Amino acid sequence: MSNAPVDKGRRRFLTVATSVVGAAGAVGVAVPFITSWNPSEKAKNAGAPVEVNIGKMEPGQLVRQEWRGQPVWVVRRTPEMLATLEGLADQLRDPHSEEPQQPAYATNLGRAIKDEYFVAVGICTHLGCSPQYLETDFGEQVEGIAAGFFCPCHGSKFDIAGRVFSGVPAPYNLVVPPHYYVNDTTILIGEDGEQA
Amino acid sequence: MNKLIAWFDERIPLTKTWNIHLAQYPAPKNLNFWYLFGVLATLVLVNQIVTGIWLTMNYVPSAEGAFASVEYIMRDIEGGWILRYMHSTGASAFFVVVYLHMFRGMLYGSYQKPRELLWVFGMLIFLVLMAEAFMGYLLPWGQMSYWGAQVIISLFGAIPYIGDDLTLWIRGDYVISGATLNRFFALHVIALPLVLVILVFLHIIALHEVGSNNPEGIPTKKPKGSVPEEEKPKFKFHERFTKKYDIVDSVPFFPYFIVKDLVGIGIFLFLFCYVIFFAPAMGGLFLEPPNFEPANALKTPEHIAPVWYFTPFYAILRAVPDKLMGVILMFGAIAFLFALPWIDRGKVRSIRYRSTFHKINLTVFAISFIVLGYLGLKPATEVYTFFARVFTFLYFAFFVFLWFYSKNENTKPVPERITK
Repeated sequence: MSNAPVDKGRRRFLTVATSVVGAAGAVGVAVPFITSWNPSEKAKNAGAPVEVNIGKMEPGQLVRQEWRGQPVWVVRRTPEMLATLEGLADQLRDPHSEEPQQPAYATNLGRAIKDEYFVAVGICTHLGCSPQYLETDFGEQVEGIAAGFFCPCHGSKFDIAGRVFSGVPAPYNLVVPPHYYVNDTTILIGEDGEQA
Repeated sequence: MNKLIAWFDERIPLTKTWNIHLAQYPAPKNLNFWYLFGVLATLVLVNQIVTGIWLTMNYVPSAEGAFASVEYIMRDIEGGWILRYMHSTGASAFFVVVYLHMFRGMLYGSYQKPRELLWVFGMLIFLVLMAEAFMGYLLPWGQMSYWGAQVIISLFGAIPYIGDDLTLWIRGDYVISGATLNRFFALHVIALPLVLVILVFLHIIALHEVGSNNPEGIPTKKPKGSVPEEEKPKFKFHERFTKKYDIVDSVPFFPYFIVKDLVGIGIFLFLFCYVIFFAPAMGGLFLEPPNFEPANALKTPEHIAPVWYFTPFYAILRAVPDKLMGVILMFGAIAFLFALPWIDRGKVRSIRYRSTFHKINLTVFAISFIVLGYLGLKPATEVYTFFARVFTFLYFAFFVFLWFYSKNENTKPVPERITK
């Protein structure tokens, strides 16, 4: 053993340097353990946004598009349909879209970015049945309103903006998925646009 | 035989460990019924590990195979249903004995100095146990497994800024899927049990360092030389304990308390077997009815309630109108328990010698916990929500009151010794 005096400064430097390098290594090796919990490429593919072409839709028409295993509806609403949205507030459970069932840009009266096109997940918030779109016969369910959604399983009713009526089993409005307009004739479902 | 033991003793501290922790470990002679639950918790832990290992031999951890494989274990494996019911009943039994064990600590002030760290280890065990139970409940892949997990994981979504990314990371998918199931399986069968066993080891080591508290809440270690020879117990305790202190009013853990515990274990096993054979679902409390249907992402069960042992905290969560505040308060309910050794500033441990106000306070706390547990099972109607708010307030009031009155509490005089 050498009898040379201990160089404390050198010893401290080596201790700190070794610890820092060791800690950096530990952080580095933690990366794959953490990233492996992110959605895999397969999951990302299955959950990728989907495009809907709305260029050829007739007024009043509903088209379905599957997204993440769920049916997503796009409805081209007529001015008459939109006119029925006013003045329903006292018959609805959540007329002002206060429950977090939609992105912030769909909390307006029509629950849509452009009032003409309504985008919603076509699954009843009660027990997951898919409600029917009643383009002209909704009056049988709610007097004086021609168009709306009616769930045949347990009788839940929604207006043409997917807002649930009070006194039915469904607790919440229909879900509006994140979406935006890629251009005038294409909607992308599954992602918020720049405006969000 | 003696030669064999001597051979080991020269190589590993075999006899020494046996003596320090069992044959010559001093336990206060007045430990009562409440002191059974630590041993029972250990027994249930062993039951969970052994039955769990056997269940993994036939369980298939995938979204496609999980539900069917559980049914396969129940119907086609010889004795499979017993193993599964032992495991599912064990989960609930674990919480029964752990809640009673924790309440014992509160009754007799077992968390007070010098047992703060012992209490904190115990609380960590409780936390890991809750994570373990939650992840285990997803594995049968029934409707309640699925939707219960959906509700609990979405709690993390309430955290500002990182919430949504965090829930995505936990699920590993945009919805709860096979990816979630597989990682929960890995955590449930290996990661968390390892942590749990290590924590239990630390809990026991910490206990044996400071020694058991007792219903009188007074020390059985007296300063060295302060006790006359004729008042010392006629047992041999290890010098590790007698070197620094005079041990009074104690008996060796083995065989005296082991024998007493065996009686408790016997009674416990009677009750445990009764549930396994006659009420494995416990009227929907231990195994909820919707869980007999396979998970379906498109169909929400009519009423989602967690398993009974989470319901007190679930009721607190629902009592708050704001989601983030609800989550904070729910975790706060557990955080306050962690801090109990520092919230209670009193010097008298046992409820027997504490003020009437403390007795009332602790009783109200226990009632609040039970009522919240009941409310957490019920749908959130207006009346139930009102009561949930009242009892949430009382739950937290326990800690606030305790902090104020414990400093200058009107306590009764504490005896010097456990009555002879």
